[in-house]
Amino acid sequence: MDTDQLIRTLAADNAHRSPRVGAVLTLALLVAAPLSILIFATFLGMRADVMSAMRNPFFDMKFAVTLSLAIPAIIVSLHLSRPEALMRGWGWLLLLPVGLLVVAIGGEAMMAPAMPMSMRLMGKNSRVCLLAIPAMSLPLLAGALFGLRHGAPSRPALAGAIAGLLSAGLAATLYASHCTDDSPLFVATWYTLATALVAAIGALAGSRVLRY
Amino acid sequence: MREREDEWTGLMRSAMAGDDAAYHRLLKAVTPVLRAAARRGLARAGQPVDQSEDIVQDILLAVHLKRHTWDSEAPFAPWLFAIARNKLIDALRKRGRRVFVNIDDFTEILPGEAPEETASATEVTAQLNTLPQRQRDVLQSIAVDSSSIKDTAAKFSMSEGAVRVALHRGLAALTAKLRDH
Repeated sequence: MDTDQLIRTLAADNAHRSPRVGAVLTLALLVAAPLSILIFATFLGMRADVMSAMRNPFFDMKFAVTLSLAIPAIIVSLHLSRPEALMRGWGWLLLLPVGLLVVAIGGEAMMAPAMPMSMRLMGKNSRVCLLAIPAMSLPLLAGALFGLRHGAPSRPALAGAIAGLLSAGLAATLYASHCTDDSPLFVATWYTLATALVAAIGALAGSRVLRY
Repeated sequence: MREREDEWTGLMRSAMAGDDAAYHRLLKAVTPVLRAAARRGLARAGQPVDQSEDIVQDILLAVHLKRHTWDSEAPFAPWLFAIARNKLIDALRKRGRRVFVNIDDFTEILPGEAPEETASATEVTAQLNTLPQRQRDVLQSIAVDSSSIKDTAAKFSMSEGAVRVALHRGLAALTAKLRDH
């Protein structure tokens, strides 16, 4: 086929309209979310004292941290789905949860500690956390990658890593309502490790499936 | 340069608004620029420049299938060149395994060569033959026989909607095959 013929064929297909990447990503995440919620409901469930826990600012802080990871990561992933997009000027968005954690750790340090630091950091749920967040992330990560495939990211591994961050952020939001460890030190350690693992899986998968 | 790029942006806006002729004009207008860039890239990598048309067609297909990622408020050229660059890098990487560097290719880059109006490429043609019958028929009818969608529908006793679907699916399948090839 010569190039003129190809151009004629492409022009004949001009009427075809694809949905926006944001719409496909939203839909894919909505399809994936019930699977993650199912994992949550089957193996974890909310902690028994959730009503009283809500009066603890460090419990609420966990949701602020996980959502401040998930929502900016969604925004950045959509930005990166455009071929000419650069990370420059957008990376700081992903530092939002880090900033929140620093503030929370500082806040906790100023209060009279109920437990020694090492106990707050190690908590009781570190192993569950490391397992549950990645497990609940996987359906969401698959959905996010499916949605972002509709875009045209110039750096597929980076876009995949951000997809990992957004799915880990959402999964961690679920997990936070189960976990009885509310210390920001615990969150900064174990949630971060779990998130990094999911981001690495996302980068690996993204480098394969997000090429266009 | 600036004027040319503004013209492209205008054409792309019209194309996205449903003007098929503007889209055709735009693709014709960008092709020589893409071809020159592909040749330059191949030459710089020490690759035979006669493969440039495969890269040009690869870029055009990606432009077509990813045009919904273009923001109509943004200029068209940076978006186009980002796709072109990505595809060129991909193509050079793909050829990297059986690279044979010819020193002569580095010495001069195609002095004063006039870009041809159109050229044939082997990869799209080869992958075309692996498509399902229906998609291949429709693509061939529109590309090679220059039939309209309407005439193609009549020829294969299909509805125009079915021709459009086969056409789009065929182009998408072609692109996927080129990528994974």
